[in-house]
This record gives sequence, C-alpha cells and structure tokens, in this order.
Amino acid sequence: MTRQKTSQNSEKAPRLLTATAIAVLLFLHIPVIIILLYAFTTDESAYTFPPPGLTTRWWAVAWGRQDFWQALGLSLRVALVATSVALVLGTLAAAAVSRTRFFGRESISFLLILPIALPGIVTGIALRAAIGAGNIPFSFWTIVIGHATFCVVVVYNNVLARFRRTGHSLIEASMDLGAHGWQTFRFIVLPAISTALLAGGMLAFALSFDEVIVTTFTAGQQSTLPIWIFSQLTRPRDRPVTNVVAMIVIAITFIPIILAHRLTSEQSE
Amino acid sequence: MSSRADTFSSPPQDKQKSWFERLLTTIYLRPWLMLVLLLILPLGWMLFIYLGSLATLLVNSFYHLDDFTGLVDRSRLTLATYASLFTPANLDIVLRTASMALAVTLACALLAFPLSYYIARFASPRWRGFLYLAVLLPLWSSYLVRVYAWKLILAKEGILTWFINQIGLAGVLEAWLRIPTVGGSSLSVSPTGMFIVFVYVWLPYMVLPIIAALERVPKSLQEASSDLGARPLLTFRHILLPLALPGIVAGSIFTFSLTLGDFIIPLTLGNSKFFIGQAVLSHVGTSGNLPLAAAFTMVPIVIMVLYLLVARRMGAFEAM
Repeated sequence: MTRQKTSQNSEKAPRLLTATAIAVLLFLHIPVIIILLYAFTTDESAYTFPPPGLTTRWWAVAWGRQDFWQALGLSLRVALVATSVALVLGTLAAAAVSRTRFFGRESISFLLILPIALPGIVTGIALRAAIGAGNIPFSFWTIVIGHATFCVVVVYNNVLARFRRTGHSLIEASMDLGAHGWQTFRFIVLPAISTALLAGGMLAFALSFDEVIVTTFTAGQQSTLPIWIFSQLTRPRDRPVTNVVAMIVIAITFIPIILAHRLTSEQSE
Repeated sequence: MSSRADTFSSPPQDKQKSWFERLLTTIYLRPWLMLVLLLILPLGWMLFIYLGSLATLLVNSFYHLDDFTGLVDRSRLTLATYASLFTPANLDIVLRTASMALAVTLACALLAFPLSYYIARFASPRWRGFLYLAVLLPLWSSYLVRVYAWKLILAKEGILTWFINQIGLAGVLEAWLRIPTVGGSSLSVSPTGMFIVFVYVWLPYMVLPIIAALERVPKSLQEASSDLGARPLLTFRHILLPLALPGIVAGSIFTFSLTLGDFIIPLTLGNSKFFIGQAVLSHVGTSGNLPLAAAFTMVPIVIMVLYLLVARRMGAFEAM
C-alpha cells in the first residue's frame, strides 16, 4: 500500500495545511462576495448585516446617475489610451532588449519596473511636481501619461518573455527568403507576439482602470471611476450607489485578467 | 493561408519595392540604427517624463516653504525642509508607518506560506491553474473596491461585528478596541482594521514569489530529510524555510513598499494619526507645502533602497 503511494508520487497534503490554505483563500475572496450582497441591500444609510431586505432598485438609480457615467467614460478612455501607449512603448523596449546586447541593457528593465516597484505615491507626487514646475494644466493627457508610465512594464514583461521563447531565427529566415521588413513584421513577428500583446494589454488595461494613487496627483478636478469611489469612501453620501459601482468595477477588471491568464497559460502548456 | 504564401512568392514586387520597404530593410541591416529607433520612444519617455519628474521632485525637496509669506522659496536650495522631517511629530509618522509595514509584512508571510506550499506541492495540475488564478485576480484588480469591501465588513453594524456577537465574543472585541495603540471607536476606524485590510490587499504579492521559490525546492530533499529521521518541523526549519526565504524576502519587498506608500487605507480606515502617505497628500493639497511633501516621499524611497540592498544579498531577485 505505502509503496504504491510513493511510486505514484501523489502524496496527500496534511489536513492542517489544507485547512489553512482554504482559510487563506476564503479570506482573499469572501470580501468581494460581500460587496455583491450589498449591491442588493435595501439599507440606505448604513452597512447593516444581515441586510434588512434585498432589492435591485439601486442598479436603476446608478444607471440614471450622470456623475457615474462621466467617471466611467473617463476611466475607460484613459485606460484605452494608456494601454495603447504602453503597448507601443513596451513592445519597442522588449524588441530592443531581446535582440541586441548593448551597454546599459540591464538598467532598461530596472528603469521600466521602477514606477511599480517604488510606492505609487512616489510616482504620483513626482509627476505632480513636474506638472507644477512646467505649469501644465491638468487634463485627460496628464492622467494618461501617468498611467502609461507604470503600464509599460506589464507589456514589456509579457512581450520580452515571448521574444525570448520564439528566438530570432524565424525573422532571419523570413528576411533571407526575400520578405520585406514590413512583411516580416506583419507575418512573422506580429503573429508570434500577438497573444503576449493581448495578455499584456489586458493586464495594463486592468491596472489603469482602477488605479487611484497616481491618478489623485495627476487628475486635478477630473473624476475617474476610482476617484469617484474614493471620494465616497472618505465621505460616504451615496452608499447604495457606491455598492453597485463597486460591483461594476470588479466585473470590468476581472474579465480582462481572466482572459489574459487564459492566453498566457495556453501558451506555456 | 494561401494569401500568406502568395506574399512570399511574388518576385515581381521585389523589383519595385516601395521606398518604405527599402527603408525598413536598410534599418534592419544596421543593428545600431535599429536599436536607436527601437529605444528612442520608450527610453525617451521613461527618461524625460519619469526620471525627469523624479528629479523635479528631488529638487523640490531642497526648496523651503516660507513661513511668513506661505509661498515656496525657489531662489535657493536648502536642507531646512529635511530638517523639519526630524520633528517629533513627523518622526512619529515615519515610525508608525514603518512599524505597520513590518507587522503587515510578517502577517502576510505567515498567511502566504501555507497557501503557497499547498499550491506548489500538493495541488494537481488542473487545480494549480485555478488556484493560481485565484491569487492573481485580487493582485491585478480592484484594489480600491476591495478596500471598500472591508469598510462594509468592519463597520460597527457590519458582518464582522455581527459574527463576533453571534459567537459571543463581543466583550473581547470591546476590550481589544479599548487598547489605545490598536483600538478605536469601532473596527472600521482603528489601527487593527487598517492592519487587517493591509494584509488582505497585499497578501497575493507575497503568495506568488513564495510559490516560485517553493517550486524550485526538490522534493527529494524533503524526503531525504524525513528518511534520515527528521520530524516535519525540523525539516521545515532546516530545509524548507531556508530555501523559501528568497521568495519570502521578494514578497516582502512588495508588501513593505506598498504599505509605506499607501494613503487610501489610512484615509479610509485610520484615525487622526497620520501615515506617510497621508502626510504627503495633505502637504501637497491643503497646505501647499510641496517641498515638505517631496522630502517626506524621500523617506519611503530611502527605506526601500536600503531594503532592496539587503534583499539582493539574500537572493530575493532570483525569486521574483
């Protein structure tokens, strides 16, 4: 019996370990489920548990709120543009680093990772200081620039990993066979990195969509969806609507992350 | 597929390459030119916008806010602003933030280890993918919303107090909240509440590097240890823990750094006792004292640089 077990190489986890692992997982996920519950509570002025009643009324109320739609629109536009910028910059940097050895190559990775390795407040206040020093008015673009700066590394990491795996010989073969630079890019390079681009882009989108710390310093009076939620956190006025909005933010960020995970794990299998 | 093949086998085109295609080939054949063209945008962006901003921040920290006029004096560089960091009130803020970061890091390591160990060693491949996603999802998404969730949970009328009442421990909670350094009027405005939420939001950052480190521990090493008569605890202490340490240190870089720089959680769940992030925010916002805010920001940077130097010596960078 015991011999069979070891040869199968599939030992059972100790019970205590399994129980702890499950408890930690529950700790990670139950709070989000609780938001789901509160998005339907009839309670208007407090966070009473158990909820006194359930209703879908607040979804309709949130639907009719102008400030919600404006904030959502701004967040989506910022995330889309910041992701596009990050895709271009991250891919270019990854191509350069994967292709050639040059002086300072290591420091490029370091430079790109710095905006997310340092506390977010550092990036935020640094950009604010620069905006102030340059007398630049706050705008859509000040938010985008901040977001793109910390999104580049996500695309860079994904694309660089792909470049390393595909190697350079296909590109050489294509050029040797007489394909033009553009053809090689279009039919060799792009298909090879497409899923990495997609995965990196989606993660960048999720990162940008709910970023709040850097945005606080670069948005001025504008209100992205996270900033809207944050104002509700410190001075709650519309609790039921906030619950609904929280649920929507979760849905919008979960989908791209799950897709990105699918894309990258399929590749590695 | 056929159209793809066609593009490659159409020699007539070769004779009449457009200027664009010839340009691309020219670039391709000159590696240094290619490199410059690839790097000019991303490097330019990071150097000009990001490092430029950081430099501006650094310069600002050497300015000083004139107490009489209430304006920032940009005419000379001084260390006066840094000196004002060392007032008891400000030192208190730094110390409070650093001890919270330390406590959060330790708690994260304690909670992350069993989960990581389970995922790395015992989960079947199918489960592994699923569990991995279960850790990734909270890492990438909705940081703010997940903080908000705890506002609901920790509220006086919320689920946690309700649960504690149900199991008859209301007295214990009250006694705990009466302790001055950790308590408050309710869990949702207390250092204890902040601690729980910090641990919750940064936990995934600790789990992933520990998984990575544990996956590299050969199973035979543990088996050898137990074959030689070591009890599980001894094997853990002398085999597993030392080998997982780089992963723990790598994770702690994130948990420590993120706690140092956060102002959302202190603003949402804290009381009037400031954390570094709050101090920075208030100096930028209401008092318009950008130099002091800039100097304050240097504190987490310096702490993190020192931390990273130590972490590198412990091999944390290989575990990231």
